[in-house]
Amino acid sequence: MPPEALLVAAAILPFLGSAAAICLPSHARNAAAGLAGGVMLASLACILLLYPLAMGGGPVSASLDWLPSLGVRLTLRLDGLAWLFAVLVLGIGALVVLYARYYMATEDPVPRLFCYFLAFVGAMLGIVLSGNLIQLVVFWELTSVVSFLLIGYWSDNASARDGARMALTITAAGGLCLLVGMVLLGRIVGSYDLDRVLASGDVIRASPAYLPALVLILAGALTKSAQFPFHIWLPRAMAAPTPISAYLHSATMVKAGVFLMIRFWPALAGTESWYWIVGTAGMATMLVGAWSAIFQHDLKGLLAYSTISHLGLITLLLGLDSPLAVVAAIFHTVNHATFKASLFMAAGIIDHEAGTRDLRRLSGLWRAMPYTATLAMVAASAMAGVPLLNGFLSKEMFLAEAVDNSGDHLLNHALPVLATVASAFTVLYSLRFIRQTFFGPPPRDLPHAPHEPVRWMRIPVEALVLICIAIGLVPNLTIGPVLHGAASAVLGTRMPTYDLAIWHGFNAPLAMSVAALAGGVVLYVVFGRRINANPRGGPWLMDRLDGGRLFERAMTGLVRGARLLEARLGSERLQPQLRILFLAALLAATATGVSRNLDLFAAGRTTTFDPAFALLWVVGVACAIGAAERAKYHRLSATILVGGAGLVSCLTFLWLSAPDLAVTQILVELLTTVMLLLSLRWLPKRDEAIPTPEVERTRARRRRITDAIVAAFVGLGLAGLAHAVMTRPAVDGISRWFVEEAYPQAGGRNVVNVLLVDFRAFDTLGEICVLGVVGLTVFALLRRFRPAPDSRERPAQQISHDAYDRSREGREPGHTAADALMVPRIVTTWLFPFILLLALHLFLRGHDLPGGGFAAGITLTVAFALQYMARGAEWVEERLRIQPISWIGAGLLVAVLAGAGSWLFGRPYLTASFAYWDAPLIGKVPLASALVFDLGIMVLVVGASALMLVALAHQSLRRTRATGAQAERESAGEVA
Amino acid sequence: MELVLSLGIGAFAAAGVWLILRPRTFQVVLGLSLLSYAINLFIFAMGRLTVGSPPVLGAGIDTVSVDDPVPQALVLTAVVISFALTALFLVVLLAARGVTGSDHVDGHEPSSAEPRPGHPQP
Repeated sequence: MPPEALLVAAAILPFLGSAAAICLPSHARNAAAGLAGGVMLASLACILLLYPLAMGGGPVSASLDWLPSLGVRLTLRLDGLAWLFAVLVLGIGALVVLYARYYMATEDPVPRLFCYFLAFVGAMLGIVLSGNLIQLVVFWELTSVVSFLLIGYWSDNASARDGARMALTITAAGGLCLLVGMVLLGRIVGSYDLDRVLASGDVIRASPAYLPALVLILAGALTKSAQFPFHIWLPRAMAAPTPISAYLHSATMVKAGVFLMIRFWPALAGTESWYWIVGTAGMATMLVGAWSAIFQHDLKGLLAYSTISHLGLITLLLGLDSPLAVVAAIFHTVNHATFKASLFMAAGIIDHEAGTRDLRRLSGLWRAMPYTATLAMVAASAMAGVPLLNGFLSKEMFLAEAVDNSGDHLLNHALPVLATVASAFTVLYSLRFIRQTFFGPPPRDLPHAPHEPVRWMRIPVEALVLICIAIGLVPNLTIGPVLHGAASAVLGTRMPTYDLAIWHGFNAPLAMSVAALAGGVVLYVVFGRRINANPRGGPWLMDRLDGGRLFERAMTGLVRGARLLEARLGSERLQPQLRILFLAALLAATATGVSRNLDLFAAGRTTTFDPAFALLWVVGVACAIGAAERAKYHRLSATILVGGAGLVSCLTFLWLSAPDLAVTQILVELLTTVMLLLSLRWLPKRDEAIPTPEVERTRARRRRITDAIVAAFVGLGLAGLAHAVMTRPAVDGISRWFVEEAYPQAGGRNVVNVLLVDFRAFDTLGEICVLGVVGLTVFALLRRFRPAPDSRERPAQQISHDAYDRSREGREPGHTAADALMVPRIVTTWLFPFILLLALHLFLRGHDLPGGGFAAGITLTVAFALQYMARGAEWVEERLRIQPISWIGAGLLVAVLAGAGSWLFGRPYLTASFAYWDAPLIGKVPLASALVFDLGIMVLVVGASALMLVALAHQSLRRTRATGAQAERESAGEVA
Repeated sequence: MELVLSLGIGAFAAAGVWLILRPRTFQVVLGLSLLSYAINLFIFAMGRLTVGSPPVLGAGIDTVSVDDPVPQALVLTAVVISFALTALFLVVLLAARGVTGSDHVDGHEPSSAEPRPGHPQP
């Protein structure tokens, strides 16, 4: 297989496995574990095969265009550092899978766990293998989200939910900062490509945006790596199942932050700000973590704080700005991953077999589980930095760096002392862990009688402890080449020479090591008993400063503050919301106008004044104001007045050279008025005579005055703006081109229609889709329509008609209604074919003269509407079946196919063409493919508008049927 | 002409906005209708005013003097869409009135503190 394929396979396999795992039934423990293990091993094999390529020469990479317009490529990139981390992620992952198979209880839904787990592995690999900054952030956030799911796996447990939420809040907030930081970094360099960013360290450090970018990126890294003061999420994440803790807090999640700092070390490190932020954070975290770890009574809590402390150590090393420190940081990352994973697993075994993790209750387990105890002791010794184990080597390197790092900073002078103190603390809590758990008198009243775990559960621990010993004994044969490859991928030409030997002679680091070991033992002997007696388990001096409680309080305050603001400033009522919207628009427009010195009345071009036009608008304004005044109590007259206003705007279009608009407007006006009239029947009666309380009336008056002022200002503003634009000379935009090319290119003389069906046909396609959707929505809403109780009665007019008919001889109820408007009714029926003809005419001439699909479609609907009005729905539907939904579908289909037709000729979608056809008798007929598209528009417009009208009109029918059936039932009841 | 039309647009918009801010749904529907007339005219006016030369080409028609077709095309679809919107709002109005029994924009009469679905206000 080519290396690129191996790389892609390694990155994709975990995600595929994750998708497969969730499909398994929830009791399929072996299948899920087998799947996860297989995926991990396959992925690991891919990475291992790439070892020679990754370590020798440049990175292996495979890439794909992702967002080319933003210069973002999806790149997988494997160099020495990425190789080392990938192997850690996959190797320890495979061991965790095996361990989890035996750790998880039978009733747990294990496939879900492995689904999250594999997704997490995929996200981690994504971070490690990213060759692009944005891609890295995406995977980074993915790890936050998936770790939330993993920590909260036992979701019926409140502490698991809280821990998951806190981890997500802190790490995802850091991730957001990281995104902004990465975007800044990309802007500084001019590329999001990792190789280019890493090569531009000098440019980045010289840039004014360096500091903000650094702070934001470090905010991401430090939150993820649980650095002080963001460390509070990590101990709470211990609510996760132990295999997950073992994985998240040894090799992966928290190491993502460390990885980020190592990865960007060449680009970002080497400045004062880096030194202070990273160094101080690392130092504080190391001390606080170690100090807190001493006082934990919970095994996992102790390991959690110890993890924090070790992460602080690694961060501190990275802050020191020395190449050798970077080597030490990478080395300690590997060592910590191995011994911490095995310790978590051992803690899990103890919890599993003894039933408790409380150090005060555990005792003398050596007798019950000597094998596990030995493994745990070796791992804990590695953690404490005992010689001949891997922890010793990296700790020696750290101490050497602490001594060598000469500088004038206060931090530098304190460093050797603080490093020794932290090491002594490490020895102390390691010793406490071993002594409390495995030695002392035999345990009393434990939940279970402790015994060795099943064989398979110990294998992962054995493997990890073996690695600890192997690295500790023969570092040059084991970790040597890998460490060299990984470090030189970061350091390049600045690669220092170093010696991984166990014995460096008697020197300062050795003395510090010995002092730390001895100090730790002495401290335990002196204080051990008092630490165990510490009732609350909080560390001395710091038990009042509970970060978790502060965090919870801050979150509660945030929620409470948001509620308060909502209660004070928010409203569920529509009117205030709309008022604010209008005011905001008004304010924004005024501010822009004032700041740009907009002159509304700069004299410019004007068209000759015509008194008739002015008179027309006097009528228009009167209609609008009248409608506004009448709309509350006199809906019918308000509807008519709005129609009048529409008519005025229609005439304005006609006057000002827009015949197409005029035609469409008047037809639409007809339909709108009919619909408004149809709806009036369902509205409640409103009577001016109903008295309102005085308070209410004053409030309403005040509201009306405010609204009138807002409305007046909006009107004046719009009028001023319109005047300002109209009196300025026209801008030479795209219009000229359309006018000139309409005939030569599209064969149409009516430029507006050519624009709609040819030049901008794709827009029109979107618009007719909207129309169809609205039609269907109206239909769907009305299917469920139930009138309000007070509108269910028959209208007063119908009742009085029927009463009249009943009182006369020879008349049946309904006769008066049938007699009304007899003459117009017959005329309308006769008109039907002529209106159809008019629609056809409008449609056919549309390309050259005012008309077109929209107008023709609405004309057709008007023809139907007139029949409904004249004869009633029942009469029409006995003779004519309109199926509006089919019309909508057919119209859309015709329009889409008309566009696709151009594909047959190898042209882009919706390319129109035209020709002349010599028809017998008629002569030359222009034929444009756009005509077919226009046909689609027409059919769809008919369908949508007819659907709305018919659906509204049918409501009265349905009601009559329903009440009719009810009346029959009632009369039947009387007879019975 | 410009002054007349701009004042007309302003009057339509003012009447529309005032109606949109009213408490009854029917008023709001009429207001939206009026406001859409105003906006359509406003967009149309962006192409400047021309009397008597529609963008319909033919022999002897000067392509330089015809009215700007682009705003016209925009407004034409806007006219149809605003018709559809009016229809939609009208139906939402009717459905809401059927469900809540009230034709107030908030779904309940202002005097009652809580919305009471399915129960008409006295």
